[in-house]
This record gives sequence, structure tokens and C-alpha cells, in this order.
Amino acid sequence: MAADPLTPLLDRKLVFVTGKGGTGKTTVASALALLATSRGKKVLICEIDAKGELAGYYEAPPTGFKEKEVQPNLFAMTMDTEASLREYLKLQLRIPIVGRIGPVAKAFDFLATAAPGVREILTVGKLCFEVRDKDWDMVVVDAPASGHIVGQLAAPQAVNGLVKVGLIRTQTDWMLEMLSDPVITGLLAVCTPEEMPVTETIELAVRVREQTTVQLAGVVVNRVLPELFGRQEEAVFDALAAPGPLTALDELVDGDAAPVLDAARLAVTMRRTRTTHLERLRAGIDPTVPLLYLPFLFTRSHGLRTTRQVAESLGEELGY
Amino acid sequence: MAARPTKAMAKAKAKATDADAPAPTMDSLLATKEIVVACGPGGVGKTTTAAASALMAAVNHGSKVLVLTVDPAKRLANALGLDGIGNTEHKVPASAFKAAGVKPRGELWAAMLDTKESWDSLIGHHAPDEQTRDEILANPLYQNISGRFIQSHDYIAMERLYEIHLSAEYDLIVVDTPPTRNALDFLDAPERLADFFSSRLLRWLIVPYRSKLVNVATKPFYQISDRILGTEFMSDISEFFILFQTMYDGFVERSKAVGRLLSDRRTTFVVVSTLEATPLREAEFFAEQLTARKLHLGAIVLNKVLPDYLQGRAGAKVAEAMKDRAEDLAAELAPVVGAGDAALGDPAQIARVLTEVADSYLNFQVVALREMEERATLAVTPDVLATAPFFDTDIYDLKGLLRLGEQIWE
Repeated sequence: MAADPLTPLLDRKLVFVTGKGGTGKTTVASALALLATSRGKKVLICEIDAKGELAGYYEAPPTGFKEKEVQPNLFAMTMDTEASLREYLKLQLRIPIVGRIGPVAKAFDFLATAAPGVREILTVGKLCFEVRDKDWDMVVVDAPASGHIVGQLAAPQAVNGLVKVGLIRTQTDWMLEMLSDPVITGLLAVCTPEEMPVTETIELAVRVREQTTVQLAGVVVNRVLPELFGRQEEAVFDALAAPGPLTALDELVDGDAAPVLDAARLAVTMRRTRTTHLERLRAGIDPTVPLLYLPFLFTRSHGLRTTRQVAESLGEELGY
Repeated sequence: MAARPTKAMAKAKAKATDADAPAPTMDSLLATKEIVVACGPGGVGKTTTAAASALMAAVNHGSKVLVLTVDPAKRLANALGLDGIGNTEHKVPASAFKAAGVKPRGELWAAMLDTKESWDSLIGHHAPDEQTRDEILANPLYQNISGRFIQSHDYIAMERLYEIHLSAEYDLIVVDTPPTRNALDFLDAPERLADFFSSRLLRWLIVPYRSKLVNVATKPFYQISDRILGTEFMSDISEFFILFQTMYDGFVERSKAVGRLLSDRRTTFVVVSTLEATPLREAEFFAEQLTARKLHLGAIVLNKVLPDYLQGRAGAKVAEAMKDRAEDLAAELAPVVGAGDAALGDPAQIARVLTEVADSYLNFQVVALREMEERATLAVTPDVLATAPFFDTDIYDLKGLLRLGEQIWE
């Protein structure tokens, strides 16, 4: 790999955010976009798996294929391959079939199922198009989960291998160039300090390196639990939890303190198990790839407030 | 440590049960069904729950049970005797049970899903002759479909389930579902595949590309696809489907049979989730869809539920007192805490520990209350609603699986 320093995350124009299901991929993607706008950038965030959840992270009504401003200078859209095809035919090929898109789109939907890579190309193509032809400072992609992202990012090569001529071929060439440029494009993997997410992230890093031309720009370690005590404090805690002192504490606070101490013990054990996974992650990922740690959030719910808190933590980790 | 049921749950349970019959449990569900499909959002412990359920059934029911997993954690795979890759079914060795301190009444078998191998064997099964089989296996489009693009997981997992079912080797098959883009993809996969192969559009494609009859309906399709994908690729595609054509009938029939198996009375679905808002909403949606498709929603298993002691107002009051009066309490406690070892009796340090402990409790209480709220609003009513607590260590052996299994069993 090149010895050049990594392009800082926020300086890249196209960032794909992926991660194992349940690790907070969408939270991190929405926070990254929010952070970028707070640094004065005009940002587009795109949700690929149209679950229609992204807008909720900004307290905004559901979004569609046409981008909508959900926060000042922050626009959100939902990927729709059929709409993407329509736009592509109209803008790139100048095929005016707006009125008759129904049956043709159906045929293409079918072809996309039959010919692997077509759907992926329409998705990646739309994103690359936004980066190249619009005035976004940054495009953040709430990308497919880690099991699917490689297929997505490798689609231009796969299609290049299958399709020798035709317009798609010309298109994939410039898309590949953009995806391969680490100054422009990067992948951000989200994981939590647990066994499977860490294992999957390490495997993902290998597959991304071997099967795609996209650079892994960083790994976000989400939901890191706080360290409660140092060694000496832990000894004090153990002494405090012994029967004599515990009874004394019960009397002093006029209640049962055991659950409170149990909870602390649970928190300490949880943090410990996770530490070993964190060590495994650090050892398994190329040392030049930064790990960004985000704290476990003890908040009431999801929504803009959570997104903002995560954006702040992310900003601190990135040194802003 | 079974969670205290909320009113809504009690009501749901009452509704789902006859007055006289005992309330169904995972125990009774797994004793009566032949196929259990574990599904739900990613990252909630689906694989572990599937393995724990299969293990409990093998231990308690004296039946021959197979757990078919898609992508188990390495240590868990090892515990199940799945060291290598490939589709072979392995018997979990007696030594593993011995190490866990149990004597199973039945047998536990485990298998992993190898997507590529499953596709290849399916082609072998349906191809009319060896030459066609080899041509398909070597076709670049086929290799892409079967290997690289993960949507093909969805169908093949169910297909493999069907194949094992047909082997009539097991009393119970517990299958873990692949991480799909959409939780429902694997349900639709058999039907989608059948639709795909019987589609008129496919017939357009497989008219030998050079000699196709271009009519008014198909003309724009060919024109645009030629322009975008190039004639060569289009003819590759058509060649591929000409080969595939020999297998249509078999495929269509087979995928319909897979669909029928999923809606069979002997099949049930177990939706796994945690109490976090996003996965739970997804699980709920999934459960609703199962019901809408007249599929049997046997159970919802809620994993990683925080302990009950985090919920009470009494605990919060104690924590608040510990925090607010930390210094006073520390001064009083110092002699007792330091009784054994004077180094531990520093009041300032005790005060810090008290504050940390109290803060931590109050923090986790916010999460525990949020989870309780989520559970109370759960809108679906499965036959069984089981919960498993947050385990403080990873589950990577039979002992760990049993610990989880016992929580959800009754």
C-alpha cells in the first residue's frame, strides 16, 4: 500500500458507511453527514436499503429519490434503482422514454435480476454521478450491510469483466476511476466491540482490499462502554460489596444497595469481555486504518438528539 | 431470571391460549414442530438462538435434531463440530456434551450452508445431462449469480432446508436464516424464482439472440439493452438462459414445493430480536408479515434483555442517595471498608467509587426503562414470548448455549 497519509474522512467526497446489522450503521452515517454540515459542507446522504428509516434520524418526513433538505445544508435521498435507470436513460443516453417507462422499466427490472451487477451499477452509478456533476462537498452513503457491500463496490469491475462493449462499459470505466481514488472515495466500517461484529469487520477489511478498489478509510467502534474504575478503585469496590460494608451502606441509604452494586459489576464484566474483542480488532486491521471510538449512549431513544450526540463524539474522535 | 411480564404480554398470552390448555412454551413448540425457521434482524443473536433451541430439543426430547446455520461465529462453529466448510452434516460429539455436563436424550447434528456448493448441487440435480451441467457451472453469469451476489443466499437456504427435509433424517430441523437485505427476502425467494422462470420476459431473452423475432412489444427492450449492455453481453445472457431452459420445469416445481414447505403446518417461525427500538420494529414488521402470509408465528425470542433489578424506583433512590451524599457516606463507611486492609479505607476514593457505581446504575436504568417501554408496546402476539438476559460473556460452547436455552425454554 502507498505510504501517503490517509485523506481525512471529512475531506473525501464519497464515503460509504457499512457494518454488520445492529451495529448502528445508519446512526453513524447520519451523524457523519451532520458533522460534515457543521464543518460548513453541503452534504447529500443517501439510504440504499430503502427501509425508510434514515429520515427519522433527522426528525424529517420520509424521503424519496429526489433529495430533500432535512437539516440546513444537509439533503437526504432514498435509492431507487428504477428511478435511477430512468434518470440515466434520460440524462446520459438521452433516450426520451419518460412516458413509456412502465413496461421498459419492468423489462429492466427483470434484466437486473437476470444479469447480476446491473442493479448495483445503477446504484453506484447514481452516487458517482452526484459526486461528479453536482455541487456537493460530500456524499455520505448509508450503504448495504457488510455482507453485501463488497458485491456493491465490486460491481463496476464485475460488470467490466462481463460486458466488453456498450455504454455501460464506458460508464463503468469512469466510475471505477472515482471509486479507486482514495482522495475522493472511502469506506467506513462500523462495528461494536462484540465477537461477531469484530470478526466480520476483520474479514470485511480483507475482502475490501482483495475484491474492490475502494480504500478502507476507518473503522468506527460503536457503543464502547465506559471504564468504571481503575485497579485500586476496583479493590475498594470489592471491599465495599463485602457483607459487612454492604449492610452498613444499606442502613445509611435506607434501602437495598445490592442491585446498584450488581449493576456496576455487570457493567465492569461487560466492558472487560468487550476489551478482548477490541484488542482483536486492533490487531486484525491494518495499523494505518484509524479506529474511531464512540461511547455507548445511555439515552432515551433514537432521533435527532442521538444523531447530534454521536456527531459530536465523532467530531472529537476526528480531532475537531 | 425470566423477565417480569407486562400487562400487555399477559393479555397477549391469555388471548393466544385456550383456557384449559397449558400455555405453549419453546419446549412444547419444539416438541411438536418439524421445522423451525429462526429469523429476524441482524445482530440480535439469531444463530445462537437457533443453536440453543436445537440443543435444548436434542437434550430434552430424545429426538434427532439438526441445526442448519448460515454463518456461525468461529468458536460456536467449533463447538458444534463444524470445523471445515462445506455442506456436510456433522454429529455434535459426545465429548462436547460431556464437557458441558449434560447427557442428551437425543442427538444433535449441525451443518453449515455453503451457498456455492448448494447451487452447484442443485444444478447437478436439475440438469438433464452432464454436458449441460458442466456448461452451466462454467458460465461466467452463473458463477456471478451463485457466488458473488448475495441475494442468491435467500433462495438457496430454503432450498437446502427442503432437501434435508426430504432426506427424512431428522425429527426436527432448526434453520438459521441468512442476513438478507430485507428480512422477508428469503420468504419471497422461492416464489420470485418461480415467477422469474415462468416469465414472458425470460422468453424474450432466450430467443436466440441473433435470430430473434423483433416485434413491436419487444423492440424497445432490445434496442435499449443493446445500447446499454452491448450485444455481446446480451447474447451471453441469452445463451445462459438457453442452457437454463432445460431445467425450468424442475426449478419451478421445486421452488413451489419449497414455498409449500414453509407454509406447512409442521413448520413454524421464531422471530428473534433485542429490545432496541430499530431491531424490534423490524422484528415486529416481520412477525406481522408472517401472519399476513398465513405462516405460523411460533415464538418471539427477545435476547440481551437487561436484568430486572435495573428497573425499580427503589434502586434509583438508593443510587441517587449514594451520589448526592457520597462524601458523608464514604466518611461513615471508611472504617468498615478499610477494616481488612487500611489502604482501601481512603474516604475520598470510596466517595469516588460510590459516585461511579451510582452513575452507572442510573445510566443503565435509562436503557432498561427504554427497553421495558419497547416491550410493552410490542403489537404482535406469538404463541410464545421468551426472553433471555444479557449474558456477561460470549456464548461459544454447549455450556453457554445451554445457559441461553434454559432461559427461553419454559
